[in-house]
Amino acid sequence: MSTKRVRTGQHFMSGDHACAEGALAAGCRFFGGYPITPSTEVAEHLARRLPEVGGVFIQMEDELGSIASVLGASAAGARAMTATSGPGLSLMLENLGLGVILELPIVIVDVQRGSPSTGLPTMPGQADIMQARWGSHGDYEIVAYAPWSPQEMFDLTIQAFNVADRFRVPVLLMADEVVGHMVERVEIPDADQIECWSRKRPEQPPNGSFAPFEAGEDLVPPMVHAGEGYRIHYTGLTHDEHGYPDMSAETHHRLVTRLVEKVRRNADQFTRVEGYHLEDARIVVVAYGCTARSARRAVRLARRQNIPVGLLRLVSIWPFADEALRQLVPDDATFIVTEMNLGQISREVERVVRRPVRGVFHAGGAMISPEPILQAIQEAAQ
Amino acid sequence: MKVFARTPLNIEQVRLPRGQVYLIPERCKGCRVCIQFCPRQVLQISEQANTKGYHYPEVMAGKEQDCVHCEFCTLVCPEFAIYTLPIAGKPDDEVPV
Amino acid sequence: MSASMLDGTTSLRGTADPDRTAAQIGAAINVEQHPLDQIIRAERMPHIWCPGCGIGVAMRAYAQAILDFKFPVDDHVVVSGIGCSGRVAGYMNIDSYHTTHGRAIPFALGLKLANPKLVVTVFSGDGDLVAIGGNHLIHAARRNVDLKVICVNNFNYGMTGGQAGPTTPLGARATTTPYGNPELPFNLPYLLAASGANYVSRWTTLHVRQVKEDILYTFAKPGFTFIEVLAPCPVGFGKSNNIEDGLEEMELYRQRCVLATDGDVRAEELDIDLREERPIYVGRFIDRDRAPYQPVVIHAPGGAKEG
Repeated sequence: MSTKRVRTGQHFMSGDHACAEGALAAGCRFFGGYPITPSTEVAEHLARRLPEVGGVFIQMEDELGSIASVLGASAAGARAMTATSGPGLSLMLENLGLGVILELPIVIVDVQRGSPSTGLPTMPGQADIMQARWGSHGDYEIVAYAPWSPQEMFDLTIQAFNVADRFRVPVLLMADEVVGHMVERVEIPDADQIECWSRKRPEQPPNGSFAPFEAGEDLVPPMVHAGEGYRIHYTGLTHDEHGYPDMSAETHHRLVTRLVEKVRRNADQFTRVEGYHLEDARIVVVAYGCTARSARRAVRLARRQNIPVGLLRLVSIWPFADEALRQLVPDDATFIVTEMNLGQISREVERVVRRPVRGVFHAGGAMISPEPILQAIQEAAQ
Repeated sequence: MKVFARTPLNIEQVRLPRGQVYLIPERCKGCRVCIQFCPRQVLQISEQANTKGYHYPEVMAGKEQDCVHCEFCTLVCPEFAIYTLPIAGKPDDEVPV
Repeated sequence: MSASMLDGTTSLRGTADPDRTAAQIGAAINVEQHPLDQIIRAERMPHIWCPGCGIGVAMRAYAQAILDFKFPVDDHVVVSGIGCSGRVAGYMNIDSYHTTHGRAIPFALGLKLANPKLVVTVFSGDGDLVAIGGNHLIHAARRNVDLKVICVNNFNYGMTGGQAGPTTPLGARATTTPYGNPELPFNLPYLLAASGANYVSRWTTLHVRQVKEDILYTFAKPGFTFIEVLAPCPVGFGKSNNIEDGLEEMELYRQRCVLATDGDVRAEELDIDLREERPIYVGRFIDRDRAPYQPVVIHAPGGAKEG
């Protein structure tokens, strides 16, 4: 198999492996991770591939060390990633917050499994959604995507690195065991066709007067790496524009507001949804990840029965696609949300549409098949 | 800190280094370690205090010539508040023993 | 004060004060700047550490070692965790990272492996490095990653007001051991020697020259190096163990410390028991050359046919 960084061509590949190849194609040079079903294959693939492209792979002693090492590598200027599942993500959450306040671009892949706790290690789940959004402490925003195929595991990993670097924010890939372990066709383009949004860098040379956390219109400060002579200070404490700790309430409000607005205000640049048969839909099914594949099937079957139903697939889960939901969907439509948990994204939909939605939920362990979704559509159509 | 040491035979040829004490009073927190561990007992607590109320060290009257720039005060100060610099003394300087 | 003394690249010893002759030596001269102000964030002085606390002494030795090491200051990086010693990163005028509690070492590891030419120092405290960060400490030592660790051990959690920690001596009082610490503490040199570090030494904030020399030595020593610096914590540890102030603990060091060079004291005996009868051994305990951790490289960056 080629040892090139970008393995241009057609492949038949698992989602986990496609994710690893996506990272390489995006220029990822550091992976710090820890074995956990069902994401171990991402680590195993990168253990072989990163050394082939001059990158660094390290298996850390636990997930706490994994995410910390990824943050350190990002601080040194590398595109850096880790991959885990629910239990590991739980251990990474404090440092996810460090990534937010230090504004260090990192990518965290969460191949979700049956949860909570040890749950169903080898079976799918989608119940880490709210954890990904609110798991760390405090007000913050992160960006999260939900791939529904090995191809999207490749594409969205590249997208994750781009968004992380461009907006200096941790980005999560909320995959699941089905998407991670299934094998499908994966198209890898030429290297020069792979989009790369590089990090904003300071204009001034190091001269001491530069305020490293001063942000312009887009609220994203230029990024300085270790060893560039700026003698920069990064601290997890609330800090001022110079990067120095500042314990005042107004500096805190200013900083936290910027960190949140930075993601919300730029959301249109990275929020992605896909619509199927939404043009004349009276009933809208909202789904993401592997569950959306069953939902699409159910929508097709229902359309054959002339039911005016459509699917809104969330490709990006966080920040929630409020605008897209409002624009794409008639405001008096009936909503059905289907996800492998007992109702998480459904709450966001209800918040936006301001009325109850029907849920086709399952706590996880097996993909939700098209039948219960079709049934819900038929009931909604009466 | 008393230093009991035998007198070297070539005491006359030995040219003792000499030092001048410099102080940044506002940084001192009055821990008195420099005073306690100065081998020549050059320093003492001064009457004056900085704006935070810490009494910083001062050179004892009559001991101005005793500092031998051993730098212990400089090395042991946690506050970056005191240091000495060597003074290029002339060879025939009277050597304080 | 002449500018040459303040350009931050010359060490103190050689810079005589040109505009002063022997006859003019007098009372202390009040100045605004300290010769190390180039390498620390002077605008943030005075720092937050309590009167008599030893962390400033250890930080000063680190700052001086950076200047003496004649390695570009811009290629030095310091990573600290949480706690009083964790604040060192904020006071060093170099690339500095103040990370989360216990995670300074893995953060530093990632940073070092992503840019190996940097000299990466982890400067933190006993609680941060050995309690919550203990797993990362022993694994980084096992791997022998090229990190320079300076652990200020003041026997307790000072920042949070004096709780017991993994190095609090048996029987010592702390806010969480009102009846005396029921736990046996770690013997850090023994722990780090067993974990695999290439260099292990212990000094106190009274052994100011040795601390600086060791830091300087470890900058040039590949692999995982660990310097434990015992330091007074008058407000946290001292007050509840009738050590009245920093000065008294420095005196305690002077009376109780015994230099133990490699080999003449068994590693097990290096534990610290502040109750009267036993000495506190200081010195250089381990200095070996296990191969430092190197990530696997099949093709160097750019080596593989790009694209």
